[in-house]
Amino acid sequence: MSELAIQVGQTAAPEAYLFWILAPLTLLAALGMLLVKKAVHSAILMAFVMIALAVFYIAQGAPFLGIVQIVVYTGAVMMLFLFILMLVGVDSSDSLTETIRGLRPIAVLAALGFGGLMLALLGRATLGRSAVGVEGANAEGNVQGIAKLLFSTFVWPFEVISALLITAALGAMVLAHHHRIAERPTQRELSIARFRGGSLATAAGLPAPGVFARHNAVDVPALLPDGTPAPASINASLKARGDVLDSSRFQLGTVDTSVEDEK
Amino acid sequence: MDAANYLYLSALLFTIGAVGVVVRRNAIVVFMCIELMLNAANLSFVTFSRINGDLNGQVIAFFTMVVAACEVVVGLAIIVTIYRSRRSASLDDASLLKR
Repeated sequence: MSELAIQVGQTAAPEAYLFWILAPLTLLAALGMLLVKKAVHSAILMAFVMIALAVFYIAQGAPFLGIVQIVVYTGAVMMLFLFILMLVGVDSSDSLTETIRGLRPIAVLAALGFGGLMLALLGRATLGRSAVGVEGANAEGNVQGIAKLLFSTFVWPFEVISALLITAALGAMVLAHHHRIAERPTQRELSIARFRGGSLATAAGLPAPGVFARHNAVDVPALLPDGTPAPASINASLKARGDVLDSSRFQLGTVDTSVEDEK
Repeated sequence: MDAANYLYLSALLFTIGAVGVVVRRNAIVVFMCIELMLNAANLSFVTFSRINGDLNGQVIAFFTMVVAACEVVVGLAIIVTIYRSRRSASLDDASLLKR
């Protein structure tokens, strides 16, 4: 009898190797998720944790859940995360500086308390009998067993959860829908607004960048008739990045003529 | 090896996820930490299903996955909506109710 209990309650040696190799890596990846700065790196570590959990599910006699985990989490959910990361981009929220003073030590302390409590509880809890093992329940096949439960005992939760899925899809559509507050102006209206506006300075469009025949790239402001640079000719985002060259370098008096001299 | 080791792993993963929710500021990373907590709970369900020798735990884990997928869809839509109006994905910046 005790022999049987050992066979069923204790897992086989290959699974032990799998666990002791993969579980520390999973924990490291989860910790890394907290500690790395970039959200993209967090997402990749998260994908690793998901795949490791799928392996654990399959090792524990839940092949259906393992495959669903890979398809739904590492396939759909992580892709969604990366997609939103691309959409939102990198901003200051990636920094790890704490904004509330003393938050981090308190969080670590609370985590130690909670984790210690959970581990101590699990260590002291006893089932009162030996573990059964899922092989008996999986006798007809794991998918068949889950399907039988899903469409008999759990058929009402199953229907409710399908309603939840549809509601979530509709909610996401409503949230992502972008309404315009005002009617989109037509070309005619834009043209009228340009001439009836406050000044006629931009009626013919903004000045083009570049110094004629010397440096026509977009990073050099055009020169006004009096020789001063025209700030309106430069794209605002170039200005913000500090990529604008000084147009005075290309004025006649200061042009570098060494090439001409060599000829 | 005892099957209960999976429960220890699950508890640790849940704790790490909870710390992440408190410590990180990027809304997307916080979301990933919530996913980690849900996954840790799933691992517990699967392990208990094995210990008890029936498939109820696996069915509940399946339901949890569906709920998690719904939560991700709506949550990310909310993050995108907030980003559109405030140009930031930081949780600390969304503090309109405080002022």
